[in-house]
Amino acid sequence: MGRLIAEHGPLLGVALSVAQIFAFVVVLLLSLAFLLLADRKIWAAVQMRKGPNVVGAFGLLQSFADFLKFVFKEIVVPAGADRTLFLLAPLLTFTLAFIGWAVVPVAPGWVIADLNVGILYLFAISSLGVYGIIIGGWASNSKYPFLGGLRSAAQMVSYEVSIGFVLITVLVLVGSLNLTDIVENQEGGLLNWHAFAPATIVVMFPMFVIFFISALAETNRPPFDLPEAESELVAGYQVEYSSTPYLLFMIGEYLNIVMMCALLTILFMGGWYAPHPALETVFIPPVFWFALKVCFFFFLFAMVKAIVPRYRYDQLMRLGWKIFLPTSLAAVMAVGAYVTYVGTG
Amino acid sequence: MALQAAAFWILAAVAVVSAFSVVAARNPVRSVMWLICAFFTSAGLFVLIGAEFLAMLLVVVYVGAVAVLFLFVVMMLDVDFVELNQGFLQYMPFGALVSLILLTELVLVGSTFVFADPDAAGRAAFSAAGPTNAEAIGAVLYDQYIYYFQAAGIVLLIAMIGAIVLTLRHKPGVRRQDVGKQVARRPKDGVELIDVKPGSGI
Repeated sequence: MGRLIAEHGPLLGVALSVAQIFAFVVVLLLSLAFLLLADRKIWAAVQMRKGPNVVGAFGLLQSFADFLKFVFKEIVVPAGADRTLFLLAPLLTFTLAFIGWAVVPVAPGWVIADLNVGILYLFAISSLGVYGIIIGGWASNSKYPFLGGLRSAAQMVSYEVSIGFVLITVLVLVGSLNLTDIVENQEGGLLNWHAFAPATIVVMFPMFVIFFISALAETNRPPFDLPEAESELVAGYQVEYSSTPYLLFMIGEYLNIVMMCALLTILFMGGWYAPHPALETVFIPPVFWFALKVCFFFFLFAMVKAIVPRYRYDQLMRLGWKIFLPTSLAAVMAVGAYVTYVGTG
Repeated sequence: MALQAAAFWILAAVAVVSAFSVVAARNPVRSVMWLICAFFTSAGLFVLIGAEFLAMLLVVVYVGAVAVLFLFVVMMLDVDFVELNQGFLQYMPFGALVSLILLTELVLVGSTFVFADPDAAGRAAFSAAGPTNAEAIGAVLYDQYIYYFQAAGIVLLIAMIGAIVLTLRHKPGVRRQDVGKQVARRPKDGVELIDVKPGSGI
């Protein structure tokens, strides 16, 4: 935004950057509609069902039909609920899910705000995500949502710690907090990507796996969807939500999942770079590779949801605190030693 | 510059209003919400003076972790407002004394504070060409004051261990899961195949 204002003057610059943000949000929402459908289709395929197939060809318009259904329903606010906070919670989740994308570089130069502390910004935004859930659970003034909210808060705070350490390993390796720098550090094919670089693969590939699993927990996806465990808590913090507020929660949740896929792409899988430099031709734009990788990770998320059974809560906590935390802490030291004594990868 | 000034006044006004609302709010959960709002606007003020690293840390540490714990505790409390207000007059002199001391300290610090020339070197240190925030803070913390920094870390570690030791209870008779034991268990440890003859039972 600062660059646009500097180049085009205050009025036009602001208008241009607003247009940019608007275009990005529309693209995000549209792709989200189809990713949601893909999620359901993959899930259905694993269980040998057809999945949604009525609205539009192959059910392509299902998400739009669902959208209209949610919007035209009545908003029910439970008696005894804290009205303001009850409606604020889904709005918060929804907004936070979007503003994280401001620093995500999808192609060279295609980023709304190229912050120097981009990775910290993303970490800060994702650590705020817990508020939507905990406020929603409390403001509903009902038992199950409250239990779900508390569970979710504990879970997200626990896994944030290991996510933070994994982020530190990457940024120590790169020597920068800027997401564009992190991607550019992985230029030149598959063997330069952080997850596969031969010199550091012993540490970084496990970190990649830890990040993936922690991302599942952080976004409350199965097998870590204990906050909404329907067999015990009905639907967790979402029990009292209906109509548009519920829709906002759902969009925010899925957008966070896509964000985690984008983060995996940027941190470990070379961002917009192709697996081999020869593939980076004029015919295939860099954004294609970025989108392809994000879709691949989304596919993995969907497969995990379809295949893996739900964790028990104490197992979830043990995995986070007793396995991931020590491992990632050791990895930070290992990477630090590598950078100091061998040089940056 | 006009844009920055506007941003400053908006952020500062919101920060002051929400800081006041923290103590004025009747509902403790709302009070924590206002506290979060105050943290957030302070982070915005940090961004305005070019300390983006500090701003992000403020959000990550205070909003993302500390306030969540506050919220956790406050939501679990069953607060009775009538009971809370009963002792108000009795405790007021003491509260007034504490706030008076705090105010005096703030005035003392504030009166000796010298405003730097806004165009001078202090601001130039955070220019785009100079070292980034993270580098500047790292140089001060890890090079210049490394021993104090490490000492602070050790103090915090001891406090943490202390908190754990104080609350740790080993209840007898609690069954804990031992993953290694479970994985090492084989079918022949738990299942026995018995050939039962008709009419005889086991």
